[in-house]
Amino acid sequence: MSAELNLDKVTIQFGGLKAVSDLTFSIKSGELLGLIGPNGAGKTTIFNLITGVYQPTSGSITFNGISIPGHKPSQITRLGIARTFQNIRLFGSLNVFDNVRAAMMMHLQHGIAHALVRGPAFHVEEAAIEAEILDLLDIFKLAKRRDENSRSLNYGDQRRLEIVRALATKPKLLLLDEPAAGMNPTEKDELMELIHFIREKFDIAIMLVEHDMKVVMGICQRIVVVEYGIKIAEGTPEQVKQDPKVIAAYLGTE
Amino acid sequence: MKKYLAQIALFAALAISLGISLLSDYLDAYYLDIALNVGINIILAVSLNLVNGHTGQFSLGHAGFMAVGAYGSSIVTLEMGSAMTRIFGGSGVFADSLAFLFALLIGGGFAAMFGWLVGVPSLRLRGDYLAIVTLGFNEIIRVILQNTSGDGPFGGALGLRGILPHTNFFWVFCVAAVCIYVVASMVNSTYGRGFLAVRDDEVAAESMGINTVRYKVLAFVTGAFFAGLAGGLYAHLRTTISPEGFNFLKSFDIVVIVILGGMGSTTGVVVAAILLTVLNEFLRDFEQYRMIIFSLLLIIMMIVRPQGLIPSVEFLKRRKKA
Repeated sequence: MSAELNLDKVTIQFGGLKAVSDLTFSIKSGELLGLIGPNGAGKTTIFNLITGVYQPTSGSITFNGISIPGHKPSQITRLGIARTFQNIRLFGSLNVFDNVRAAMMMHLQHGIAHALVRGPAFHVEEAAIEAEILDLLDIFKLAKRRDENSRSLNYGDQRRLEIVRALATKPKLLLLDEPAAGMNPTEKDELMELIHFIREKFDIAIMLVEHDMKVVMGICQRIVVVEYGIKIAEGTPEQVKQDPKVIAAYLGTE
Repeated sequence: MKKYLAQIALFAALAISLGISLLSDYLDAYYLDIALNVGINIILAVSLNLVNGHTGQFSLGHAGFMAVGAYGSSIVTLEMGSAMTRIFGGSGVFADSLAFLFALLIGGGFAAMFGWLVGVPSLRLRGDYLAIVTLGFNEIIRVILQNTSGDGPFGGALGLRGILPHTNFFWVFCVAAVCIYVVASMVNSTYGRGFLAVRDDEVAAESMGINTVRYKVLAFVTGAFFAGLAGGLYAHLRTTISPEGFNFLKSFDIVVIVILGGMGSTTGVVVAAILLTVLNEFLRDFEQYRMIIFSLLLIIMMIVRPQGLIPSVEFLKRRKKA
């Protein structure tokens, strides 16, 4: 499974403000890339550009050779890019099972006509989907909660369910927007293990935006640092840690 | 066997409505009329619930689609009666029924087409804006019908009269059963979880690969189609229709049923349609206070049971394992 995301000189302008300018970086298949930067640096904007929520003012974004801009977010998900959100966005009125089931919709072989006829083929497909969802929930230790409303889960479980839902779309690249936000140290350790586990188990590339340095430095192979929408550094955690520009961005200069 | 419960229930409902229909000569005409009103309101409310409740798009123009269906089917039966007799062979009960079904479907088809035309541009709007646009559509349809020529096929402000009373118990409850079946099976499938996902969080739904526009349009067109059928049934029950009968107060009545029954609860909406239609009959002597009572009911409902009458019981829904 190949996944290669390339951003080339991507710029987006909101009125007079350049939120991201001339940003160039890429993610190879199976890579674990971290995107960091101070508040307001444009990290989530970059996510929104990749997932089609915003259209870049100039520059190109390609995924496996296919140009991303101009596609709707749902089409981009179908190309194999799935995401989670900074502020959790689960389907609040649905239970755990149905949250994942909604994301399975895009794999359906048959459309609405089958749901209306409810013939043997419909039941076979629904049973297969149910088995697949239960497998996923089982892996992420959510199987016992399948009938619970997603809102009644605790915070860590909600974050995990959001990741499960994104994985249900069978992505080649998973974008995690601040997965550790609001977690306590134990939960953060669990999260790091979980991310490692996902990458090995599902063999996908992961890109995460994160504020927590311990998490980012601990798991990412490569890190891209942005400030005011401009890339100021890129490299391994060790290289980035020693970069004077990064230190200046985070701690200020004398 | 259990897997096909939905289809069995549908055919049972069709058989029962046919049976009662054959006995309808022995039933009290007044109560039969109330029952038919209940049935038509069930169709209207369940179909609107697909849009407002399940998909979360607040539409206030259901009576507009009802008007399109009512006029569409009436014009077919009024103007093309002789042609229909020729096409469907003679004037037996069977041929008449086929001709009526054809007229209903034409009305429903036109309503669905209007649903598509209105839905595609306006479903980009959200919340209040969509409500205003659909309300506007409702009024536009009414005003256009009102200003047509009195001698033309639409009959102007006086509307159409002399429509044949084709509507009977069987037709009303046949369409109601099909409507409930269609909405319930659409929603209760993996495909149908998309409607609820769109309602809960459009941004998240879109990023889960769900084409939100397609879902919204599908809900809107299906809702409009059944509203059109209900309009056709209404026209052939009352035998006269006028544009005034499809004003926004009619739309509002249907919205009240949906909210009272519970947004997104088909069972609740069916119960609410029965309760409110019967209540309406009892309040006939207090006509001018009707709106006050309905409004009070709505307010009380929102405070006491915002989730609707019976949110826990649902057609085709998987039960929790104990």
